[in-house]
Amino acid sequence: MEYFIQQLINGISVGSIYALIALGYTMVYGIIKLINFAHGDIFMVGSFIGLYSAKFLSNAGLPPVLVLLLSLIISMTMSSLLGITIERLAYKPLRKSTRIAALITAIGVSFLLEYVGVLILGPQAKGFPDIMVKKQYQLFGSSIQVDSNQVMILITTIVLMIILQYIVRYTKTGKAMRAVSFDMEAARLMGINVDRTISATFAIGSALAAAAGVIFGMTYNSVDPLMGVMPGLKAFVAAVLGGIGSIPGALVGGLLLGTVETEISSLGYSSWRDGVAFAVLILILIFKPSGLFGKNVREKV
Amino acid sequence: MKKLNTKFWLGIIVALAFYGLVQVLLTIGIFNDVTRSMLLLVGVNVMLAVSLNLINGITGQFSIGHAGFMSVGAYTSAILTLDYDVPFVLAIIAGGIVAAVFGVLIGMPTLRLNGDYLAIATLGFGEIIRIVLLNTEYVGGASGLSGIPAKTTWTIIFFFTLFTVILINNFIRSTHGRACLAIRENEIAAEAMGINTTLYKVIAFTIGALFAGMAGGLSAHTFYVITPGSFNFLKSFEILVMVVLGGLGSTAGSIVGAVFVTLLYTYLREFPEWRMIIYSIVLILMMIFRPSGLLGKTKINFGKLGKKEAKGNGSIDSSTP
Repeated sequence: MEYFIQQLINGISVGSIYALIALGYTMVYGIIKLINFAHGDIFMVGSFIGLYSAKFLSNAGLPPVLVLLLSLIISMTMSSLLGITIERLAYKPLRKSTRIAALITAIGVSFLLEYVGVLILGPQAKGFPDIMVKKQYQLFGSSIQVDSNQVMILITTIVLMIILQYIVRYTKTGKAMRAVSFDMEAARLMGINVDRTISATFAIGSALAAAAGVIFGMTYNSVDPLMGVMPGLKAFVAAVLGGIGSIPGALVGGLLLGTVETEISSLGYSSWRDGVAFAVLILILIFKPSGLFGKNVREKV
Repeated sequence: MKKLNTKFWLGIIVALAFYGLVQVLLTIGIFNDVTRSMLLLVGVNVMLAVSLNLINGITGQFSIGHAGFMSVGAYTSAILTLDYDVPFVLAIIAGGIVAAVFGVLIGMPTLRLNGDYLAIATLGFGEIIRIVLLNTEYVGGASGLSGIPAKTTWTIIFFFTLFTVILINNFIRSTHGRACLAIRENEIAAEAMGINTTLYKVIAFTIGALFAGMAGGLSAHTFYVITPGSFNFLKSFEILVMVVLGGLGSTAGSIVGAVFVTLLYTYLREFPEWRMIIYSIVLILMMIFRPSGLLGKTKINFGKLGKKEAKGNGSIDSSTP
């Protein structure tokens, strides 16, 4: 039982990473119905920006907490700029064309980011600096261990979720985002600047992916230009699991997938981990295609 | 009907002439080994693209798990030739049939889904096949199978490719192909007209899987080694890219797309660092400036070559029986 809870705690940190990436997928899908395959690579870029800014700031002699906060902010800002640029250059010209064309473009952007990364940074994995000294905490009489990174990941995720929820529920941009995802044409007629709203969605999604990238770096201590592929795909599975287009769904889906995966690995089937993730995906799709939190859309003739 | 026949035979003659020319060039050594393996790769990719086009372009069912069927065919035929000494061509066909069985098994539950959900489900199945292969000791796990006899020749690959193209093209022109087209255009209307949509979707999916399996077997017998890693979702994307670049829904387009992508890949090999970058930029620019693909919806039509077609309506109507 204690072992199970221990794995649950580990699963939550992996799940937080999936959840943060899944949010970007789900928001972009909700608004322009595009599976943005480049999203996993924005996560990678965010991770690298985090790495270099953390190195730079640590060398400048700042205290660890400040280093962490600043590198998160730098990475999130720069990645959201990247997200907006990609949207403007690659996806915006395709808004009127078929969805498969947009999807192929997304795949193209994904390759572009990956291999520009390989070209500039080299294909080898790079070590992520230890921003904070890891501390172990014992819970329930030393049977369950939690380290400071896991606590920090959970806090970061929760804070980001609260900010996101605030933006989506209470700001004008958030209202515009909800309106555009509900009905783009009607929103345009109501005077909403649809293009700007879509850019804002990409910016927020990319910022969350970048935060996930920094957290990933701190957890696994190793980043490489192709690291975004698998987490990106998994996060996408998480988004579908929770119901694509639904923000709470992405969070729940991410956490669920993270914990399932960790439990599977802890049972000694770590090479089957990805297979189980996809099997869960297919079962969900067959029995409840709209996902756990998705709305059932009835097709009108 | 007669017109279709002359066009059909003209196409075969053109194709056979091309085959003979290449065979001569290979025999007298103007084409070296690099060109030869590129030609084999082109053949495999044409089979993959044409069969995926039947699912994605003609029936309108968005599948991105084609590499999964390819791997089933590749592993089946490789095991048959390695462990059971089954004749090569039989092994390839068996690989295709096993892949087709997988096509039915995967198609039945997933084809009820539509659009992006189907895409994700097929992607998931493709990955599951890969992970199962990765964890099966009998087929070598992560290191895969090696020492597969390199029995694929230009003649074999040519006739398999020709067979694939003819069969799929004739399927598209048949009543069943029309049913598939109707499903693509409007599934609800097709159902209202009495078309058994699920049945036709599964049929298209199975035929696609059959030829993907054969292509997988042929590629396994070209490159000596197969590993689960070479059949991941990136391979499925690559096939999808061929189909879309060539022109979704056009068999001729798929062939052109497959040839284009294979040549691009091969020639960019000289710039390893820039290869994927150039490839991705080509992809993005193509989609922005020519989203309907290189050939759009052009159909294979050899009638124009013979200048017999006075009306010039090379569209699908001219070939209606």
